[in-house]
Amino acid sequence: MDSPSLSLKLAAERNRLRLMEIIRNAGAGHTGGDLSCLNMLTVLYEKYLRIDKDHLDDPDRDRFILSKGHCAEALYAVLESRGILAKETVDSLGQYGSPLAGHPLHEIPGIEVNSGALGHGLSIGIGMALAARMDARSYRTVVLMGDGEQAEGSIYEAAMAAAHYRLGNLIAVIDRNMLQISGCTEDVMALEDMRGRWTAFGWEVVETDGNDPAAILATLEALDTAARHPHLVISHTTKGYGVSFMEGVAKWHHGVPDEAQYAQAREEITRRIKALEEEIR
Amino acid sequence: MTDCRKSFTAELLRCARADKDIVAVTTDARGSVTLGDFARELPGQFVECGIAEQNAVGISAGLAHSGKKVFCCGPACFYVARSLEQVKVDLAYSGNPVKLLGVSGGVAYGHLGATHHSLHDIAVLRTFPGMNIILPSDGRLTERVVDALIDWPAPVYVRVGRGETEDIYGEDCRFEPGKANTLLEGDDITLIGTGETVWHCLQAGRQLRQAGIRARVLDFSSLKPYDAEALEKAARETGHIVTVEEHSIFGGLGSLVTEALSEHPVPVRILGIPDENAVHGTSRQIFHHYGLDAEGITAAALALLKKD
Repeated sequence: MDSPSLSLKLAAERNRLRLMEIIRNAGAGHTGGDLSCLNMLTVLYEKYLRIDKDHLDDPDRDRFILSKGHCAEALYAVLESRGILAKETVDSLGQYGSPLAGHPLHEIPGIEVNSGALGHGLSIGIGMALAARMDARSYRTVVLMGDGEQAEGSIYEAAMAAAHYRLGNLIAVIDRNMLQISGCTEDVMALEDMRGRWTAFGWEVVETDGNDPAAILATLEALDTAARHPHLVISHTTKGYGVSFMEGVAKWHHGVPDEAQYAQAREEITRRIKALEEEIR
Repeated sequence: MTDCRKSFTAELLRCARADKDIVAVTTDARGSVTLGDFARELPGQFVECGIAEQNAVGISAGLAHSGKKVFCCGPACFYVARSLEQVKVDLAYSGNPVKLLGVSGGVAYGHLGATHHSLHDIAVLRTFPGMNIILPSDGRLTERVVDALIDWPAPVYVRVGRGETEDIYGEDCRFEPGKANTLLEGDDITLIGTGETVWHCLQAGRQLRQAGIRARVLDFSSLKPYDAEALEKAARETGHIVTVEEHSIFGGLGSLVTEALSEHPVPVRILGIPDENAVHGTSRQIFHHYGLDAEGITAAALALLKKD
């Protein structure tokens, strides 16, 4: 693995370690989905999104919407790592009077809109992408959705409209971890053929290994945002990724580790961080 | 006689010619909203969403978030039901200052039935922190409302009817959010209307005057924010209030008034649509059926005074 890929992987592991600490401190979190989308969030904020932490209201900044708003903890970990959110703020999550909620709020630095009711983000992203076109601005809009979220009908209103308006500056990502709160997505409400459905709506669909930061980056960088069609990235991930006993287990959707489980998770992640640091050195 | 929809869209088009950030969004409703001229003249400032209210409100939120002055327009019945969660989360909770124009509100669709009536909108939207609610009472006031909306830094729901309404105001018409306009002075009783019921209140006030009763008539076009001072003054000085709304008797203008006066109560008679699906008929017939026209309001005012 080349050095940039290792560095990216290391950044993701460090965010993972912090994520577990945030969930443990708050005593709440959507742990499984946080872990499945954390690599994507890390790559977006480390390498892809053009966001200047000192000019968060720059009209030319890239826009990011966490449509799967229940995975706010993962976003908080990444925003903190980028110096956008203060550690003390993140540490207040779950406490009485905290400015943070279990879902994103626009008052928090680096967060564009409130989310948490599923199926809203893509429509808002279309509005942002249309505004970019109207104002001849080159920013891109990225919307991260869950796979269970795909049962919300409003998404398909948006899918139609984004293709109708040929929004090449719009990138939707589906965190395809195959699990939702009640079990496998295909048992709860089948989502396949996901590629075929979105292709039929007029989107360019690409798939990537969402557990591999380098693969995610290569996929994002290959997207042509000057094209005349919107882009969907199906990011194949593992729910609970990076913590062995959480991987692929639906009950970790919003499970919170006890002290022994937290210690084990911490140990697993710390071991990988040390190995990556060693390798980079 | 003026059609408030046309007053709204004509003024919006006039403003949009000079301000390229003004954007109109609609849901296959350019005809019923009367946005056809806007769409033809300013296609770059017009976004058609097809019959998809949830998407339209979400798109409007994204546009407004990026600095556009967005007017999301369509039938009131659909925007405040089908896309209610988007209004709650993407507009009110997220603080995106979209102006939501609900046309053909209340029972304006008449014979089409309860699918097309919006008699819950005030009740629901009042409870959303950050949301504002305006029901202009005539065409001139509607124009002034549009002017106030353009740079209003918060989401606002505006409900108008459908078809021609009686003129109330002259050229000197003023609109200020949170301020009631006093249309008739009086100290025996106060008649408070919002939207199209204001004209009926004014007619009732004139009829009562002929019977020797001096009714004060207040135009509560601005429902949120509302004029608490005018309300308290009316209660104190007239001692009796009749509220008239093209809305359920639950949760709307009448509720607002009684809630506001709960610590210093005076007799209040709430006129609106009772807990039933409205009778089928034209808008005018429905108003008459439920006593929301001058005749019904006059009778209610006399009954309230007699009871006292």
